[in-house]
Amino acid sequence: MVNKQGQTRLSKYYEHVDINKRTLLETEVIKSCLSRSNEQCSFIEYKDFKLIYRQYAALFIVVGVNDTENEMAIYEFIHNFVEVLDEYFSRVVSLMIMFNLDKVHIILDEMVLNGCIVETNRARILAPLLILDKMSES
Amino acid sequence: MPAVSKGDGMRGLAVFISDIRNCKSKEAEIKRINKELANIRSKFKGDKALDGYSKKKYVCKLLFIFLLGHDIDFGHMEAVNLLSSNKYTEKQIGYLFISVLVNSNSELIRLINNAIKNDLASRNPTFMCLALHCIANVGSREMGEAFAADIPRILVAGDSMDSVKQSAALCLLRLYKASPDLVPMGEWTARVVHLLNDQHMGVVTAAVSLITCLCKKNPDDFKTCISLAVSRLSRVGTPSSSLGRQELGHGHHPSWFARWAGHSARCVPFVSPEDAAVKGRLVECLETVLNKAQEPPKSKKVQHSNAKNAILFETISLIIHYDSEPNLLVRACNQLGQFLQHRETNLRYLALESMCTLASSEFSHEAVKTHIDTVINALKTERDVSVRQRAADLLYAMCDRSNAKQIVSEMLRYLETADYAIREEIVLKVAILAEKYAVDYSWYVDTILNLIRIAGDYVSEEVWYRVLQIVTNRDDVQGYAAKTVFEVRAPLEGVSGRGQWSLALLTPTPVHSPPVQFSLLHSKFHLCSVATRALLLSTYIKFINLFPETKATIQAVLRAGSQLRNADVELQQRAVEYLTLSSVASTDVLATVLEEMPPFPERESSILAKLKRKKGPGAGSALDDGRRDPSSNDINGGVEPTPSTVSTPSPSADLLGLRAAPPPAAPPASAGAGNLLVDVFDGPAAQPSLGPTPEEAFLSELEPPAPESPMALLADPAPAADPGPEDIGPPIPEADELLNKFVCKNNGVLFENQLLQIGVKSEFRQNLGRMYLFYGNKTSVQFQNFSPTVVHPGDLQTHILSGPLAVQTKRVAAQVDGGAQVQQVLNIECLRDFLTPPLLSVRFRYGGAPQAFTLKLPVTINKFFQPTEMAAQDFFQRWKQLSLPQQEAQKIFKANHPMDAEVTKAKLLGFGSALLDNVDPNPENFVGAGIIQTKALQVGCLLRLEPNAQAQMYRLTLRTSKEPVSRHLCELLAQQF
Repeated sequence: MVNKQGQTRLSKYYEHVDINKRTLLETEVIKSCLSRSNEQCSFIEYKDFKLIYRQYAALFIVVGVNDTENEMAIYEFIHNFVEVLDEYFSRVVSLMIMFNLDKVHIILDEMVLNGCIVETNRARILAPLLILDKMSES
Repeated sequence: MPAVSKGDGMRGLAVFISDIRNCKSKEAEIKRINKELANIRSKFKGDKALDGYSKKKYVCKLLFIFLLGHDIDFGHMEAVNLLSSNKYTEKQIGYLFISVLVNSNSELIRLINNAIKNDLASRNPTFMCLALHCIANVGSREMGEAFAADIPRILVAGDSMDSVKQSAALCLLRLYKASPDLVPMGEWTARVVHLLNDQHMGVVTAAVSLITCLCKKNPDDFKTCISLAVSRLSRVGTPSSSLGRQELGHGHHPSWFARWAGHSARCVPFVSPEDAAVKGRLVECLETVLNKAQEPPKSKKVQHSNAKNAILFETISLIIHYDSEPNLLVRACNQLGQFLQHRETNLRYLALESMCTLASSEFSHEAVKTHIDTVINALKTERDVSVRQRAADLLYAMCDRSNAKQIVSEMLRYLETADYAIREEIVLKVAILAEKYAVDYSWYVDTILNLIRIAGDYVSEEVWYRVLQIVTNRDDVQGYAAKTVFEVRAPLEGVSGRGQWSLALLTPTPVHSPPVQFSLLHSKFHLCSVATRALLLSTYIKFINLFPETKATIQAVLRAGSQLRNADVELQQRAVEYLTLSSVASTDVLATVLEEMPPFPERESSILAKLKRKKGPGAGSALDDGRRDPSSNDINGGVEPTPSTVSTPSPSADLLGLRAAPPPAAPPASAGAGNLLVDVFDGPAAQPSLGPTPEEAFLSELEPPAPESPMALLADPAPAADPGPEDIGPPIPEADELLNKFVCKNNGVLFENQLLQIGVKSEFRQNLGRMYLFYGNKTSVQFQNFSPTVVHPGDLQTHILSGPLAVQTKRVAAQVDGGAQVQQVLNIECLRDFLTPPLLSVRFRYGGAPQAFTLKLPVTINKFFQPTEMAAQDFFQRWKQLSLPQQEAQKIFKANHPMDAEVTKAKLLGFGSALLDNVDPNPENFVGAGIIQTKALQVGCLLRLEPNAQAQMYRLTLRTSKEPVSRHLCELLAQQF
């Protein structure tokens, strides 16, 4: 998850990448996404990966997958993820994602496990998080 | 839904994040971060024990700082402490920190493992899930060792919750991928298969992922899963989409279905054809999906159509993978065709990509071709470069003889406006298509010249080499090519210039009178690059040979100050050498030295190799994946300009050495004129090669593989630095040729290049042989790490002794001084008959650069011939005994050498058999007999050679008691005449 200024807002790796290489990778990835115009398609071939991205206001969500993955499904998954965030934060803005990093991580962990999409039902994704919130309130 | 407050309880974190956001500059931000880091450090170091909440807060801050791209080198301990907390949030943050920041080989792993173990044993499903997630995220070997046995138990335990099962399955998948040896197979595997019937979709998809991976390694264990998977798939897909739509209605995302289909796709190879029922269900299911995709959209929402399309694409890829149902393939193709004009760019892109794979299937190739106009249109009008690239890929894939002309011309037209990024690739593709589907060569030449005119700068050297190879090999097009080149030469400059000269170099043309040709060539001389000029000079010297009337003009050109005193060493040297050559040498010498290039041996197109290289692993489309051949890149090793491994000697030192006596070790007489040409270019062998400049490489590329070619060494596909002793490169291209020279003789020069000469002396008796190899260092520099080794092909790993030949070698000294010769003795014992000769791999370091090449050792089965004399009567009796068809091998072939009875006799004797006179009624014919001696068995062998002087043909017949031996001997001997 990167904003238009190229600052990473959230990143998650499902394969080990050296910590100092991550920044470089992220910069390159976002650069290639930013350089594209609206009328271009949302898939980019990058090294051995395919990048699939969607833009929401100033925020880019980029997913890198290998070539066995279904591009369209990932494309929709991104939207699904944003919908979940939207539901949880009731009208999500990028600020909220920053301030609630841990929550976003929980949501992502509920949806993606070890690089596989495991849950897409909004209610089920948010259930554990809502229980937590209730606990901390009481 | 409760509105979530900022920071939700962690005020400190929220303040910190807002501070960072408010920072005006990068420096201020770093300052703020450093301050916070110092703060956290002191808090962690402080005496006061922190409560769980503040630990959580600080660890969170560290996470955020890490996210901003700063290195975090502390706090791991606190995170590990959080793991043992009882509060979910604290535990969760701890795990989060560990999975984001701890890498596989941290020394903290043991502590973390302990915490995980406790959580796994806790029976609290949320904690277990967290622990499993953590194992999956880190996935290190230590973790695998600690938990590989536990996880399968959790996975199949009856009382595990769904979410735990799901996590356990994926966790196991990760561990299995990381270190398969750690995951024990056992009775749990059978129960995993039944997870496919689970009610919970998450468990099912997770199980599918796991099973797919396990299947690859142990297909037998998972046979049962296929029918289960297919029936599950049909249950999801078929019941008039009730289930599917229901799930959609719940805001449920269909990607699981897509995954599902995808995974089944990978299971398909395990579906054996006899499972007709399963297959039928699968096909039916796929059809339903295709039908559903045709239905008008139920809702206007874009997500729904996207979801539907995701399923469709997955289905299509399953169909493609299945690749045996023509109906489905054609339907898929038609449905994709509709997408080609869809207004969504994404869909157009994916449709083109899937079509590309469809085009490679024999069933749907024709169907894909019907969309050619749409695709061409896409290529022209598409606004997105990546979509255009896909369109070009598809055109390439769908091209065949019937539409090649149209496609190539469209691609050429597109090239004029193409994006720079994809130009080179298109150029390569056009070149390949033009060559592959060329009907007549004039079309080919026109196309290529057009290509060069349009995209001159993007035409790589490989394309040129290939064109030249083809033109050289086809006499009939040479004239046309040269003519066209001359006619269009005005607009051709730069790169194209080089090719033009080379064409002229190869092709004497009757189009213009020689002086006109020459003046045309020379008029552009001063505009050309150094490399081109060097070639041009070579062209001139060839002109002198072919058209003596131009001699005076050319000599004048060569003599001109701008050549003889050229600043460029290469040009200067060429000018001097050629000038002297033209004035000193007689016409005969000139004719030999400058003989026309012989045709090239056919081999894989270098362009194809380049395209493959360009695609790179993983990046290519599935089409290329299918056709990729890992070794193909090596075949054209000689094309790549190899970095110079030889230092350039002082240029003036040996300029006149050209006319010195022939090189100290005269090359074998059979070496062709091409070798001499190389020698001329490089100076005599006594002088180390000039640094191979690109055009030198170019020239030697044009040469047929010759033993003396300096590039033979460099072109050897083993340029890797110091390969291990185990891997022996393939023999050099001319190894077979070299071997043939030794079929009928035992002594001679086996191999020679600029650095090294290898001589052979050998003697054979019965099944034993002794061979002396003499390695002569031709340079003045010591060779380091000199190690020749003998290997029997196909037996690289095992020791020589287990092969058909037992070869004992003595080690030679690792250093060979400049000008010195070392000797190696090989004792050879033939244990049983064999077809392939052993390989001799020589590697050493010359001036720091590793050199390696592999030759075929001149040991062929006929070396173990024992001549047998016998009377005519005996001969015919035995001949009749060996009358089974497979015992006889016969070959009729054209004579390659003059048919001289004495020479033939000598060759047959050298081959090893006894010559029997007065056996054949026709005195012209030769009859021989012998026994091949091996330790295991003896193979009796009779041969008959019938020359036909009128037709310049031979008929060779061999009869032996062992079938492969007959054929092998026949082939060996046939090459000698």
